[in-house]
Amino acid sequence: MLKAMYEWIDERLDINPIWRDVADHEVPEHVNPAHHFSAFIYCFGGLTFFVVVIQILSGMFLAMYFVPDIVNANASVAYLQNELAMGAIVRGMHHWGASVAIVMLFLHTLRVFFTGSYKHPREFNWVVGISIFFVMLGLGFTGYLLPWDNKAYFATKVGLEIASSVPFLGAYIKTFLQGGDIVGAQTLARFFALHVFFLPAALLGLLGAHFVLIRRQGISGPL
Amino acid sequence: MGKKVSRRQFLTYTLGSTAGFLASGMLFPMVRFAVDPVLKKGGSAKYVDVNLPISQITQEPKAVQFVIHRKDGWYEPENGESLTAWVMKDESGNVRALSPVCKHLGCTVNWNSNPQYKNQFFCPCHFGRYEKDGTNVPGTPPTKPLDKYKTKIANGRLLIGPVES
Repeated sequence: MLKAMYEWIDERLDINPIWRDVADHEVPEHVNPAHHFSAFIYCFGGLTFFVVVIQILSGMFLAMYFVPDIVNANASVAYLQNELAMGAIVRGMHHWGASVAIVMLFLHTLRVFFTGSYKHPREFNWVVGISIFFVMLGLGFTGYLLPWDNKAYFATKVGLEIASSVPFLGAYIKTFLQGGDIVGAQTLARFFALHVFFLPAALLGLLGAHFVLIRRQGISGPL
Repeated sequence: MGKKVSRRQFLTYTLGSTAGFLASGMLFPMVRFAVDPVLKKGGSAKYVDVNLPISQITQEPKAVQFVIHRKDGWYEPENGESLTAWVMKDESGNVRALSPVCKHLGCTVNWNSNPQYKNQFFCPCHFGRYEKDGTNVPGTPPTKPLDKYKTKIANGRLLIGPVES
């Protein structure tokens, strides 16, 4: 039945070449852990993407209950964590996944660095990758404030102080991120918008570019 | 045994079911989390003293405001939620308390509010009408009579409970 449905759609839309172009490509021997176990280091990029998918999914579900408002944010987090079925698990996925994503991304960066994969002609993809790194750090930083507890509040104060130490622009960056005179209602609303709309959009765009480039240029050769 | 399963098919099925198992392990907690409100039971509502001596209830429907306390997720309004009941005595002298929520699409009905329809409950949204006992007027949008609140009488005062189901 599934096959018949697929063929019905394919006959009309010709989707076969689309997914074949995405999925059908050879994995070179030197990056295939089935041939050389040490090639598992080439998995970290894919693992980072996998964790990002989990982050997006769990984040979408958390947003069904979370309220970005200084009166209700903490109460809504406590509610979704303690009073809903699987709340602790879904929030746990997002909480721990955030750290795992950064770890995987860092390991991927190390692999690219030590295999020299950033060299010509892949310099631009290195730049895209570093941009992804900063966007991910931004996601981590903005997400940290959202539960609106003491840890969140003071971590954000510290983060904003660090941002304000940038020469010349620091004060402007701090005010832009803070949204007002104090870390408060406006900061929370702003960090929420950055966390769920702006940064994920930037992340998806950069990931798209990252993947297009790796397909164009191919995986770097063996050492 | 019927058809032989080719090696490619076997691998496709194995990989597919493994991937499906892993994906469902990931998706189950999230979906369960999202559908929790559907599976949760509602809290039991209590009877509220609406500060109305029985002697003041007449055959003429009277809007009675009363306050209930319930938690809406993480939010519980400090002053409670204000509800309205249309309270009257029926022909045999029993107390009747009608919910003002129109059974068509949930707007709020009012007693005697439209001069064209005397002594009826009228809903301004789609001109739904109800008789004094709450039965819907045929030919108007509502298909069911107004809900009745459960009532109790204690010490000569009216207590209003949840809507009768």
